[in-house]
Amino acid sequence: MKSAVKFEKKNLLASGHRACGGCAQALACRMVLDAAGENTIACVATGCLEVFSGPYPDPSWRIPFLHSLFENSAAVASGVETAYRALKKAPVNVLAMGGDGSTADIGFQCISGMFERGHNVLYVCYDNEAYMNTGVQRSSFTPFGAKTTTTPGGNRLQKKDLPQLAVVHGVPYVATATVDDYRDLQQKVKTALAIKGPKYLHIFAPCPLGWGHAGEMSIAISRLAKETCLFPVYEITDGKLSKVLKIPLKKPVEDYLKVQARYKHLFKKGVPTTEVALIQEIANQNIERFNL
Amino acid sequence: MLKQIEGSQAVADAVALCRPHVISAYPITPQTHIVEDLASIVAEGKLDTEFVNVESEFAAASLVLGASAAGARTYTATTSQGLLLMTEVLYCIAGMRLPIVLTCANRAISAPLSIWNDHQDSMSIRDSGWIQIHAEDNQEAADLHFQAYKIAEKTFLPVMVCMDGFILTHAFEPVDIPDQDKVDAFLPPFRPRHTVDPMYPRGLGLFADPRFYMETRYIVHRAMEKSEATIKEVSEEFNKAFGRQSGGLIKPYKLDKADLVIVAMGSVVGTIKDTIDRLEEKGKHVGLLQVCSFRPFPRKLVYQMLKDKTNIVVLEKAISLGRGGILGSDVRWSFPRTEQIDRKISNFIAGLGGRDIRMDDIEAMVERVEKEHVEFDFLGLNRDLILERDL
Amino acid sequence: MALTANDDVSKGLRPGPNKNELSITANVTRKENAIMIEIRIHGRGGQGNVRAAELLAIAAFKDGKFAQAFPAFGAERMGAPVQAFVRIDDKKIRLREQIGKPDYLIIQDEMLMETVPVLDGLKSDGAILVNSNRTPEELRLNTKARVDTIPATEIAMEIIGRPIPNAIMIGAFCAISGLVSLEAAQAAIMEIFPGRIGENNVAALERANEIIQKRKNHVETD
Repeated sequence: MKSAVKFEKKNLLASGHRACGGCAQALACRMVLDAAGENTIACVATGCLEVFSGPYPDPSWRIPFLHSLFENSAAVASGVETAYRALKKAPVNVLAMGGDGSTADIGFQCISGMFERGHNVLYVCYDNEAYMNTGVQRSSFTPFGAKTTTTPGGNRLQKKDLPQLAVVHGVPYVATATVDDYRDLQQKVKTALAIKGPKYLHIFAPCPLGWGHAGEMSIAISRLAKETCLFPVYEITDGKLSKVLKIPLKKPVEDYLKVQARYKHLFKKGVPTTEVALIQEIANQNIERFNL
Repeated sequence: MLKQIEGSQAVADAVALCRPHVISAYPITPQTHIVEDLASIVAEGKLDTEFVNVESEFAAASLVLGASAAGARTYTATTSQGLLLMTEVLYCIAGMRLPIVLTCANRAISAPLSIWNDHQDSMSIRDSGWIQIHAEDNQEAADLHFQAYKIAEKTFLPVMVCMDGFILTHAFEPVDIPDQDKVDAFLPPFRPRHTVDPMYPRGLGLFADPRFYMETRYIVHRAMEKSEATIKEVSEEFNKAFGRQSGGLIKPYKLDKADLVIVAMGSVVGTIKDTIDRLEEKGKHVGLLQVCSFRPFPRKLVYQMLKDKTNIVVLEKAISLGRGGILGSDVRWSFPRTEQIDRKISNFIAGLGGRDIRMDDIEAMVERVEKEHVEFDFLGLNRDLILERDL
Repeated sequence: MALTANDDVSKGLRPGPNKNELSITANVTRKENAIMIEIRIHGRGGQGNVRAAELLAIAAFKDGKFAQAFPAFGAERMGAPVQAFVRIDDKKIRLREQIGKPDYLIIQDEMLMETVPVLDGLKSDGAILVNSNRTPEELRLNTKARVDTIPATEIAMEIIGRPIPNAIMIGAFCAISGLVSLEAAQAAIMEIFPGRIGENNVAALERANEIIQKRKNHVETD
């Protein structure tokens, strides 16, 4: 179904930032900002995004942005939003942004508080499945089987389901998106910003350096994550599944795993180990749960 | 065995040799390699320990607090923002007299964000009841961990081993890593003094009203003062066992003939020594007093070493904003008021946020204090970046 | 053993019979006219610049020297300009400042020279090795120092299959400077890189070394 939404390209995240070639987070952030427009304030957590876009004296942000710590972008955004109400200023889009750690781990307390209090903030999470900025250490978003520097033998734990946690907090709009479908991603940003209250957008962001693939493969890998059903794309509105991207031609998880060095240890001379079957199980569960 | 390795690897190897039962740390630049190296050591089956990846530094400190209270020998590492995030827990650990060892890969503090070295982070914890010892180089950084456990488990005070982030953690240099049996001989198994154990029910971390709280603080303060002797003893025992001088309270360098003495801590000491030698060739006699144990601050020993010196300059990588130098204040305090009159004690702040401290900078500083007393100043400040309206 | 103001804790502890037992906080016997050599490596993140520094340091160590290697730091990022430093000496290295007056420059990415002032501080009697297909004359560098070039990326692609030039640069550097032995460099590579990768890197190292040696012989016979 073709979206009627025009692709917005204002470059509110200006070029010349210092992201790695092929960084999906950089791409996603620009898409998000361009969809949100100039009347937006971004509260950014410490992480790759802040470090590559925010160095003094030449940050890449063409909208106001506020960075303080790794763990508190949701609380900081709550403060900005509260002040705008207290001062009775004209409404503005308030975004909180972060990666794995600042969303699901060290920052989880603050995001829970923001959701629970019902602040009018859109939280955008860029999920690259590890702590990339500090050198690829595991996070609670690291999927089962993935190699990181603190899980050198492959991660044994399951990926934390933050969209579900947002739903449980009563967040009125929760969505997942990928960078290979910019129209869908930007539509979700606009839909979210039209709703009052806390919103959560979880964007899948391949990291060439951390995942071990060429920079130009980021879009393809994003697509493969969807096609293998490892990253379901959906919207949950007022607690109910309102939209799902169905995958008629499902691919086996091997197609996705084989092209990333972080999963290389799962194949002995090209033959998949038993872990691969467990990862396929995860995909199968997604298929059932979301009727992909 | 002597190896050419990265500082972080040396520390990880040393910690592994100490046989901690529980390790928990949260990655933060520039401590990350220590944590990753320990993860590898554990994954390779070289160390039997519980290695827990947690969600934040606050959680890491809390986890080792619990593990230590349950009788385990524990380890964690952090820096800067992470150290600050776990501050509440660090005070708890000291108040509970838990002998935890923590590596602080010294780094500057936000805002603005900096990942580079200075001492502001560990300085912010100086009042907490943690012993703080600063390493000069990677050999000392590794050695201090063996000593740290021994000191902690004797004094029941937690020990923070401070090593300069990037400058030491990421420097590749020769380090001797001793054999397990020698380490075992030096560091016997941990014998906890107070634990949570159903066999001997005890409460740890009780609620103390005004009738009781002050005495707990007196006790920790006195324990820290007494720990000076332990720090010195353990360094001597270490020298006997391993054949080298590491750690201790202070280390002098070319002090006896010195007309001017520089007081400093950490890796800058290496650069200062080279500068001193270079100045010696030019006929100038400068000495160095390296402070290893910053907390407890060995004021009597500092006084003893410097009482015949009339020109002293303290060079430090931290600042008490609104007050001035921290190490500088402690050095001045080491002299009785009457003995400060005919003595110049100058204080310079340098290297904040990782700014390189060069031999030329130190020489310029020496030239300046030869002529005048500099109460307080920054070394190498770029005045072009400072706008009057910002002050 | 109480410390007094007369104590100089850098004074020697005796070296052991086996070099490996050297107590390393000691200032080992200073060789007459011992001079510390400083090398600065420039490249882009992903080209193994820090690794190159480490390999040189390990090789120097194996040659019985003291070495210090460290990076100048930025965030973890591919493609960004990176510097790494190496110091080699016959006595313990205590200096921690970044290298401002290098004796040698190793430039792993030729294009960097257009945007980064790589030549800053290079000693006039120093030497530069640039990863380039061009000859030193074609590079037209504004320097009095000796310039050498080697097509390291090409050789890397041919022998290793990846555009990581560091082993080649080290091989050439060994021949140009004589600071570190080829054998030690080979051993350093095999220590750090497992199996096939190590062998390929050693082959690349040797090829580069050969090329420079040939050039030297060629010049000498002219």
